[in-house]
Amino acid sequence: MSDITKQSLTELVVNIKDKKLSSTEVTKAFIDRSEKSKELNAYITEDFTSALDKAKKFDQKPNLDLKLPGIPMAVKDLFCTKDVKTTAGSKILNNFVPTYESTVTDNIWREGAILLGKLNCDEFAMGSSNETSFFGNVQNPIDKDLVPGGSSGGSASAVAGQLTPITIGTDTGGSIRQPASFTGTVGLKPTYGSCSRYGIVAFASSLDQAGPMAQNVKDCALLQEVISTYDPKDSTSIDFKRNQYSKELTNNIKGKKIGIPKEYRVDGMPKEIEDLWQKGIQFVKDCGAETIDISLPHTSYALPTYYIVAPAEASSNLARYDGVKYGFRAKGENLIDMYEKTRSEGFGAEVQRRIMIGTYVLSSGYYDAYYLKAQKVRKLIKNDFDEAYKKVDAILTPSTPSSAFKIGEKTNDPVSMYLNDIFTVPVNLAGLPGISIPAGHDSKGYPLGLQIIGKAFDEQNILNIAFAMEEKINFKNKITDWWIK
Amino acid sequence: MSKKNSEYLINRKDNQYEVVIGLEVHAQVLSESKLFSTSATKFGAEPNTQVSLVDAAFPGMLPVINEFCVKQAIKTGIGLNAKINKRSVFDRKNYFYADLPQGYQISQFKDPIVGEGKVILDMPEGQKEVGIERLHLEQDAGKSIHDLDPQNTFVDLNRSGVALMEIVSKPDLRSPDEVSAYIKKLRSIMRYLGTCDGNMQEGSLRADVNVSVRAKGSKDFGTRCEIKNVNSIKFMQMAIEYEANRQVDLIEEGKSIDQETRLFDTKKNETRSMRSKEDAHDYRYFPDPDLLPLEVSNEFINNLKNNIPELPDDKKKRFIDEFKLSAYEATILVSDIDTAKYFEEVVAKMGKNKDIKLAVNWITGELFAVLNNKNLEISQSPVSAKNLAILVNLIKNGTISGKIAKTVFELMLDGDKDPQKIVEEKGLKQQSDPKAIEALIDKIINDNREKAIEYKQGKEKLFGFFVGQAMKASGGKANPQLINEILKKKLQ
Repeated sequence: MSDITKQSLTELVVNIKDKKLSSTEVTKAFIDRSEKSKELNAYITEDFTSALDKAKKFDQKPNLDLKLPGIPMAVKDLFCTKDVKTTAGSKILNNFVPTYESTVTDNIWREGAILLGKLNCDEFAMGSSNETSFFGNVQNPIDKDLVPGGSSGGSASAVAGQLTPITIGTDTGGSIRQPASFTGTVGLKPTYGSCSRYGIVAFASSLDQAGPMAQNVKDCALLQEVISTYDPKDSTSIDFKRNQYSKELTNNIKGKKIGIPKEYRVDGMPKEIEDLWQKGIQFVKDCGAETIDISLPHTSYALPTYYIVAPAEASSNLARYDGVKYGFRAKGENLIDMYEKTRSEGFGAEVQRRIMIGTYVLSSGYYDAYYLKAQKVRKLIKNDFDEAYKKVDAILTPSTPSSAFKIGEKTNDPVSMYLNDIFTVPVNLAGLPGISIPAGHDSKGYPLGLQIIGKAFDEQNILNIAFAMEEKINFKNKITDWWIK
Repeated sequence: MSKKNSEYLINRKDNQYEVVIGLEVHAQVLSESKLFSTSATKFGAEPNTQVSLVDAAFPGMLPVINEFCVKQAIKTGIGLNAKINKRSVFDRKNYFYADLPQGYQISQFKDPIVGEGKVILDMPEGQKEVGIERLHLEQDAGKSIHDLDPQNTFVDLNRSGVALMEIVSKPDLRSPDEVSAYIKKLRSIMRYLGTCDGNMQEGSLRADVNVSVRAKGSKDFGTRCEIKNVNSIKFMQMAIEYEANRQVDLIEEGKSIDQETRLFDTKKNETRSMRSKEDAHDYRYFPDPDLLPLEVSNEFINNLKNNIPELPDDKKKRFIDEFKLSAYEATILVSDIDTAKYFEEVVAKMGKNKDIKLAVNWITGELFAVLNNKNLEISQSPVSAKNLAILVNLIKNGTISGKIAKTVFELMLDGDKDPQKIVEEKGLKQQSDPKAIEALIDKIINDNREKAIEYKQGKEKLFGFFVGQAMKASGGKANPQLINEILKKKLQ
């Protein structure tokens, strides 16, 4: 069967279950394409030999009752994978091989999937362009020298470039949805507490959440069904009734009330984005849903709040990378000297910047003015959503204020880079689910995404809305395989 | 230094100073596993054999609260007559050190699990109440070992993550003796509850000591210094004595006291500055986002409350009421839970016709002396409570005399022998047949007629001679009371 890598996850699962394809064939196809796609720099670690062995083993005794039977899959290098190097995109973990598996990846392998390798990402998931990775930039398959977004840039690039049928990323402030938007793919950030954080290298514990990144909504729903489990090893994991997201998926969203928040119409937003949003509003109406203008009054405070809360938690979470127990260690005259050299050489500039911001906002004398205040504003932002959800079932916004930008374009302007997260960050602060779906192209032909934000634990609803819109939008990603010689 | 009216004051020329002490006691929670991981907590294991991925802070590892440790903290709070907070919060205390794998210690800062309470001390001059400010749960750090290698420091993470209760007192203590009594009382309460073994040699109980001085009668507090991590009562007392005098000397010289953290050098018997207030760490406390606030229900607390064993203060009261013990005797018996258990077992085994006073005398006299000599805990006593009860009964019912009992007791030490059997085998049974004793006495008077006449003429101290002769003739077994009675009759 030709064009295996062009098939969606759902198609591949059907073909393997119908014995039209073997796991070996599928795995080989994605390995071949990955081999030809080195220029994208999507992988940090390839595990192809082992993947092929596993595929052969699967084919010898295939368990076709599994949800991901023999499906090869590369994952973001923030997930700890047993016996496979896990770097978090950082020099400081360049030699780190976990002896354990994250709960989310464990769930995936249990359903029959096979690890292809570990995908590039911004260092410790801190970035919006994948340019902070110690392992170099990732190219966006859409166009040469275009960033794929971040921090799950390698994941987005690999899905869009068909190096993996599907993948998982993590989203702390938009790290799944923004790169999905930049690469014309679908990315879901689940409700905080839906997917276990056990075994995921932590960035900001109260915001981090793993989620699927896929070529379409149905694939996304299927993977969400697999990765979302209650996990007693994560104290913030929530034991709620999880849907069979892919089985229960429906395009019937008649009568759903969709909120359109006026505060997302930010100053200086390109007309293309406004137009896309209006198009989206028309699409949901066409699907039989009703749109309602709503207000989320504290939206403009979300970004500054995020850039206090996330660095504060990060400054503490990253204290463990000190050269003492594992990872990179620089030689030093004494303990303090070793710490300083290890962390100066082991962390990149963006990570160091955030550690410093975080250390500052938690310092005595500044704690109340920054961290405590940010926590209060965070509560107000959450209250905004609670109020809105008294009137609406979901909220529709653009995913990002612009399409993908060029590599190097924003590296010297961190604030402009941070502004990229303006529409995604409030969702993390409120702990809500949000999905980005490709909805159109800008004048350069680059993809643009729309975001649907749901009530907590209401993933099924936003998946349904996304599914219905996807049908209407009929988006086609313009991938030319420019990187394949 | 004077101890007028048992008040601890420091005298200089015309001035008298009072010492104000508050303690932050770190008590290791008695539990099988650590506060946020399932690793074992056994003392003395090979280095780094009780360390999980969580304890060593591997990437992506998350803490999960150990419910048992929460129960232990609440039980201790109940034992301290303290307010149990239904909602408490774990915070991160951030600092770098090689034996702190996470780069932060999980502790409770603003919202501890236990609030204000109190402890009653039995001081020679009467009871004294010491306020408890709070009790919170926190992780212990690992251990840095500096003396194994000239170049390198070794780290043992066995202790990393072990649950500690930090019990903070109000500044209510006024002397080294009160500090000693306070620590002993805390230890006693926790041992009764089974929440901390109180073993100071193994580091299960240690304290930071806050000391300040002020002119006698002043209501204002002086500037305090904190003496870090003192691990024996004796050292605490020495450190306080040294530190209080150092502060008084500074005041007398017209100098001021700097608020600082100090270390006690046990070899030189002095405290030394460790860091000043300006150099104090900024721990950047903030709520640990990996852990939700800890919430406990009334039902959870009440279940624990209903299963709290009788604590030393109540037990003491009961011993006084039920067994008619003196306050002094009761205090000794209840201070250690194993002593109290032993005593109560002896009482139980003695049956109906029992002499509790006699039992107390034997426990606090002969038995304590033996334990002291052999450096044993009462739980390791070579004489079981059951056999001691039998021995006391043998005295009480006149089978053996108190003197013979001491011989029997010596023989019991070897393998916890049954005293009844010893008495039978060695033929130590007391001679209590009046006729036999009468015959024996008749013979002695007959053999010592001159002395008998002298006695009757008024040389009364010869009575002892006759008693001694009678005892000797009976091989020590004659009932001394009977000898007395019969002798008096015969020598009239």
